[in-house]
Amino acid sequence: MQGQHIVPVRIYVTVFAALIALAALTTGLAYVHMGIWNTVVALAIAIAKMLLVALFFMHMRYDKGLTRVVIIAGLMWLTIMIVLTASDEFTRHWSPIPSNWGPAISMQQKQ
Amino acid sequence: MSETAATNVHAGVLEEQFESLQTQHEARKLGMWIFLATEVMFFGGVFTCYTLYREMYLPGFEQGSHLLEVTWGALNTGVLILSSLTMALAVRSAQVGLRKLITIGLLLMTMLLGVAFLAIKFILEWHHDYVEHLVPGINFSYTGPYSAHVQLFFCFYFFLTGLHALHLIIGIGILAVLCVMAWRGRFSPQYYSSLEVAGLYWHFVDIIWIFLFPLLYLIGGR
Amino acid sequence: MSADVAELSTRSRVHYLNASYGIKSWLLTTDHKRIGLLYLVSITFMFLVGAGAAALMRLQLLEPYGAIVQPATYNKLFSIHGIIMVFFFLIPSIPAVLGNFLVPLMIGAKDVAFPKLNLLSWYIYVIGSLFTLYCVIFGGVDTGWTFYTPFSSMYSNTHVLAAALGIFITGFSSILTGLNFIVTIHRMRAPGMTWFRLPLFIWSIYATSIIFVLGTPVLAITLFLLTLERVLHVGIFDPAVGGDPLLFQHLFWFYSHPAVYIMVLPAMGVVSELIAAYSRKRIYGYSFVAFSSLAIAFISFLVWGHHMFVSGQSIYAGLVFSVLSFLVAIPSAIKVFNWTATLYKGSISYDAPMLYALGFIGLFTMGGLTGLFLASLATDVHLHATYFVVAHFHYIMVGGSVMGFMGGIHFWWPKITGRLYPDKWARLAALIIFAGFNLTFFPQFMLGYLGMPRRYAVYPAQFQALNVMSTAGATILGIGYLIPLIYLIWSIRYGPAAGPNPWRARGLEWQTPSPPPKENFEETPIVTEEAYSYATMAPEKSSV
Repeated sequence: MQGQHIVPVRIYVTVFAALIALAALTTGLAYVHMGIWNTVVALAIAIAKMLLVALFFMHMRYDKGLTRVVIIAGLMWLTIMIVLTASDEFTRHWSPIPSNWGPAISMQQKQ
Repeated sequence: MSETAATNVHAGVLEEQFESLQTQHEARKLGMWIFLATEVMFFGGVFTCYTLYREMYLPGFEQGSHLLEVTWGALNTGVLILSSLTMALAVRSAQVGLRKLITIGLLLMTMLLGVAFLAIKFILEWHHDYVEHLVPGINFSYTGPYSAHVQLFFCFYFFLTGLHALHLIIGIGILAVLCVMAWRGRFSPQYYSSLEVAGLYWHFVDIIWIFLFPLLYLIGGR
Repeated sequence: MSADVAELSTRSRVHYLNASYGIKSWLLTTDHKRIGLLYLVSITFMFLVGAGAAALMRLQLLEPYGAIVQPATYNKLFSIHGIIMVFFFLIPSIPAVLGNFLVPLMIGAKDVAFPKLNLLSWYIYVIGSLFTLYCVIFGGVDTGWTFYTPFSSMYSNTHVLAAALGIFITGFSSILTGLNFIVTIHRMRAPGMTWFRLPLFIWSIYATSIIFVLGTPVLAITLFLLTLERVLHVGIFDPAVGGDPLLFQHLFWFYSHPAVYIMVLPAMGVVSELIAAYSRKRIYGYSFVAFSSLAIAFISFLVWGHHMFVSGQSIYAGLVFSVLSFLVAIPSAIKVFNWTATLYKGSISYDAPMLYALGFIGLFTMGGLTGLFLASLATDVHLHATYFVVAHFHYIMVGGSVMGFMGGIHFWWPKITGRLYPDKWARLAALIIFAGFNLTFFPQFMLGYLGMPRRYAVYPAQFQALNVMSTAGATILGIGYLIPLIYLIWSIRYGPAAGPNPWRARGLEWQTPSPPPKENFEETPIVTEEAYSYATMAPEKSSV
């Protein structure tokens, strides 16, 4: 069939090795206390692994642009959902609860 | 419809509504990519809840995460990554026209790795958590600090890994069907779209786990 | 072509309706046209159930202290009315009936990309509706179609699970339909059918499909979480263990707001087709209308918090959602301006479909403008959960979407059935529907402004006059809907045969016989003209 790119085996194996290395890295780094950076680094490594799988195993690198649009759309919509929902949850405590509404019962204060 | 197309329809390979095998192949791929986008939103709903609660109750979530065994999670990560390799090789084997036994062998290896993942997950991990009374709604009782938030963490743990496992089981089923099709000689360099499309699904299930592993097992320094 | 010749050719010609007979040929069909008809029958049935609930509600509200049912029963009535009308009638209506029938025809294809998935989506719809009917028959659900926690997850004693499961299942029907349309429109257009030659109906179906595909899965997972919460009491929405009930509302409305655009975008697409055909003019600002559909689909995902202004949501988030909600009105307004500009100096005829289209423009505009009152934070505090909201969304969903659906059904009826319906009855029904609709829902704007809450089985005596007006209007509206039901069914057997293009409209679907053959076209059409090329059409001859 014309136009179907055939990926050499060595590329697949290299990607596999990189994925295993990144998995080992993220596991190892979990034992290093970095505070907030633990999460950032872990997510960054996960995104890198996702890109390797998507671009090479899923052939996104060799495909028409439309598949990239589809996946970018999916990820963009997911981001919208998380960010806008978070914009409510994490700004609730910015406004003080009026004193005549009873004892303060915001979610943050409940811990 | 062109003569080639007419022959292909006759051979049961090309569906009538498509003008060529090429169009059919690309349409099926696009269809699967769109389906994967829907899956991103499906899992995304849970990820949204998880993100919010983790941010609100980080100490409790850390506590819960430390109750999980990193070794099993890491091993499972390796298992799935290897299964993605064998799956990609299986699709490639049909693409270049290798003998059908090679395709079937690679598919079987992928399935076996999937089963191995499930065995580790259900028999070693979930069973252990059940024995330790960490299953919300069934037998949850935790006496450490932040127990309410630890319960919330385990809600997400079981729901996310359970949903992921369900998708994996469906994937193994699909691969079984593909093995039968391969045995019947259905795949060739001209026609392998079912394999490629199933491969996309399988890699997606791998990607979900790539995110679940750090989000669930590796919260905070250990 | 005279009626007799057309009649003869319909009877002797093989087309999609007579190509095969028997119940199996319908239940196992993969023909998109037959699947569209299967959907038509199913959604009409569900519409009647939902309308029955509405009838009982309006009867109840004739008297201030309730005329016929207990408040607990009334809660079940409005819940079932909402669930059925939203999920089982409006959301599938135009996409699954007209979309399925027309998309391949309009782009010059033989079928959709995945015909078997198409049939599967209908079966999924039917199974989902069976769960909902079970719920109706065995005691109902009283949470409202919105299923807010913690009432739905912890306190309601009604069939919440059956209803949630029914909607969850039917959601997959939507997802598969949307997926099918996107792939079909991308990959199966006829030679020469470039994106900007597509009918605007296709653009709106495409935009709707984007919402189907990206929004519905979130509803599915939300109902799944609700089910877990209700069955296992795990605590995701339970404040006692740190859960947040408002999180349910966020997830629910993330889908359900775009869902209302699923309901209106296809109707807008139909209106574009009708306005063009009955003004005999190309739609003014074609690319603006096309892009506005995509803009609506995108912005619709950014505004859901406007349902939650008084729920305890952060006021800062409320500000953001309010501004974004004002934004979403802009592409809708662009469409209304362009339709109006199309009418200007057009050669207008007032056939029934055009009456529905014109009604849509007026009523949708009213509904849309009243949405701005609700999008403003300060006024929403006063109007939230009153009849003002009820009137607002009925103006859009009934005055808008249902009129669009009726207009489309009438316009394409000859293509679908090969028959013409009686023109005078059709116009009369359209006018009765318009009058009945306004009498039903305009008083509700006033009721809401005066403070009558929604979802209440009883009300203060001073609101009775307006409520009686509303019920009277509902009766007229009901009669208005019954009339087409009768003459359309009658026309299948007794209507005069229609030729391939009774309205002398442009579009590939009119270039094939009525009803079309199974493969849609004898030969794959090759497109050389822009859409709505009425200017280059030969003047009307008496025998065409």
